[in-house]
Amino acid sequence: MTAATLPPDLVVKDPPPLGGPDKQRSSYLLTVIMIICASYFLLPLFWLVVASTKSNADLFSTFGLWFANFNLFENIQSVLTFQDGVFIRWAVNSFIYAVVSAVGAAFLATMAGYAFAKYQFPGGKALFAIILGAVTIPSAALTVPTYLMFAQAHLTDTYWAVILPSLVAPFGVFLMRVYAADAIDTTLIEAGRVDGVGEIRIFFTIAFRLLLPGSVTVLLFSLVATWNNYFLPLIMLNSAEKFPLTVGLAQWAATSAGGSGSAALFSTVITGSFLSIIPLVIAFLFLSRYWESGLAAGGVKA
Amino acid sequence: MSTTVGSARPAASDASTAIRPRPRLTAAKKRQYGAAYALVLPFFIIFIAMMIVPLVYAGYLSVFTTKLIGGTSFAGLENYAKAITDPLFLTGVLRMAVFLVIQVPIMIGLALFFALALDSGMMKLARFTRLSIFVPYAVPGVVATLMWGYLYGPDFGPFAQIGTALGLGPPPFFTPTGMLFSIMNIVNWEFIGYNMIVLFAALRSIAPELYEAARVDGASEKRIAWSIKIPGIRAGLLLTVIFSVIGTFQLFTEPQLLRTLAPTVIGTAYTPNLYAYNVAFVNQDANYAAALAFLLGVVIMIISYLVQLGAQRKERRS
Repeated sequence: MTAATLPPDLVVKDPPPLGGPDKQRSSYLLTVIMIICASYFLLPLFWLVVASTKSNADLFSTFGLWFANFNLFENIQSVLTFQDGVFIRWAVNSFIYAVVSAVGAAFLATMAGYAFAKYQFPGGKALFAIILGAVTIPSAALTVPTYLMFAQAHLTDTYWAVILPSLVAPFGVFLMRVYAADAIDTTLIEAGRVDGVGEIRIFFTIAFRLLLPGSVTVLLFSLVATWNNYFLPLIMLNSAEKFPLTVGLAQWAATSAGGSGSAALFSTVITGSFLSIIPLVIAFLFLSRYWESGLAAGGVKA
Repeated sequence: MSTTVGSARPAASDASTAIRPRPRLTAAKKRQYGAAYALVLPFFIIFIAMMIVPLVYAGYLSVFTTKLIGGTSFAGLENYAKAITDPLFLTGVLRMAVFLVIQVPIMIGLALFFALALDSGMMKLARFTRLSIFVPYAVPGVVATLMWGYLYGPDFGPFAQIGTALGLGPPPFFTPTGMLFSIMNIVNWEFIGYNMIVLFAALRSIAPELYEAARVDGASEKRIAWSIKIPGIRAGLLLTVIFSVIGTFQLFTEPQLLRTLAPTVIGTAYTPNLYAYNVAFVNQDANYAAALAFLLGVVIMIISYLVQLGAQRKERRS
């Protein structure tokens, strides 16, 4: 899928090329300042790459921001085999949590957003206002109460305990309403009605395809939010074999900081962290237009 | 389209719709209402179950108290009375207020500066810079905190290595005062790019004619940024500020992980959310934890409401 499928007003346009020689507004000073600022954001990631290639001993004995003996493959091996290969299990769990939650959240938000954009129905405005208000409900403050509720329902320490709360994306509904209003011509729906197509079938056969680029944006946001979530799985899960990468890595880090006898864990934690961010960083770089377009719709029309 | 007729003779078409008797609910309309409800229903079921019910349940739990002897009994607002006089909770809220007042302006200010710089079209390597600043958004808070924690650390952190080599000793990242700034730095690193993209996108949607005219009149780029661009993205700015307020008061991951590196500096109640977590899981006091969570939610909603109100009042004045 390419950015060409997004409606023009949702695509973030690059600044226009500089004018002719008479309008040379390029500023080297600004470019230099911005490159320095950009390097601040890249520095920790550079450190992570460097540190992943070092043995535990070299971490302590060599300068942190430059390479020493190349030990990356040994480190990766120790990450993948430590505690009977539980890291791979965590990666699979992260993937399950993120994909199921994101697909579900995007689908629910797409249906609701489409209905709010294309139907005038009694109570519709009030319901939408409730959703807008819910955007400011602090989700992390809800996590402890949700845990207490799930404990009553014996849902804690299950995959559902992480997935169900991650399905709610009020901001996604808002984005999809904005998107559906522009992306679907009402005459198209009318044409479907004239042909005798049912309302729900119109959504699935005509509208859904047109809404897909917007849904992908919501899906990506939910995916990142769930993949990166720590508080919710930390609270909900007890069994290590159900942990996502975030909770697992944090546990390893706590063990390695604990010191005694486990000092050799530092390089494992660091390499594990490095491996855990690769999928999202790659997805992020290739799909950056989707993130930016989603944020555009939110920032411009809020 | 039918609107072409209306726009040509607006008065006549208005009159005709006014005279026409309002039709009763037709079968088609009923079907459409049914479809609309069917489409929003799945979202609302999950929404109510995962947001409203926990909120109500927390409210319910918070008016009870459980004692080792005597079991659970109704306590009215006792837990709330305890919370608003609980020094641990209040220091946490106050600490987050200090955090908010310092960190959010820095974050939004830098995000705005970067967005304006990218939007000015005056720099090279704009796409590379934009992605570099935005990429931390794809890094989990856990990994960001682990990375910065090791970078700060006295054992093999490069800053400590440089400081020691220069004879200055390791920088004070983990001292009681230093810690708050160390956390601010992590949060800035994580979220400046996100806020920059929101603001950048808002800037790109301003009609360029607006500042072309100003440029012809001889206005400087700085003046254009201040007088046209920043007022033009007020909605985007408000959004970033409100999300930042909500995020700050919920701070959990960063202090919880740094606690293992500096347990004497970060207590069990360093942030309100950390406190609620520890009350629920370490002290096993679900009732009091519910009251704390409920109160925290109320504080956040009041403050984000005040931010919105302030912004609206400012808008009306100008």
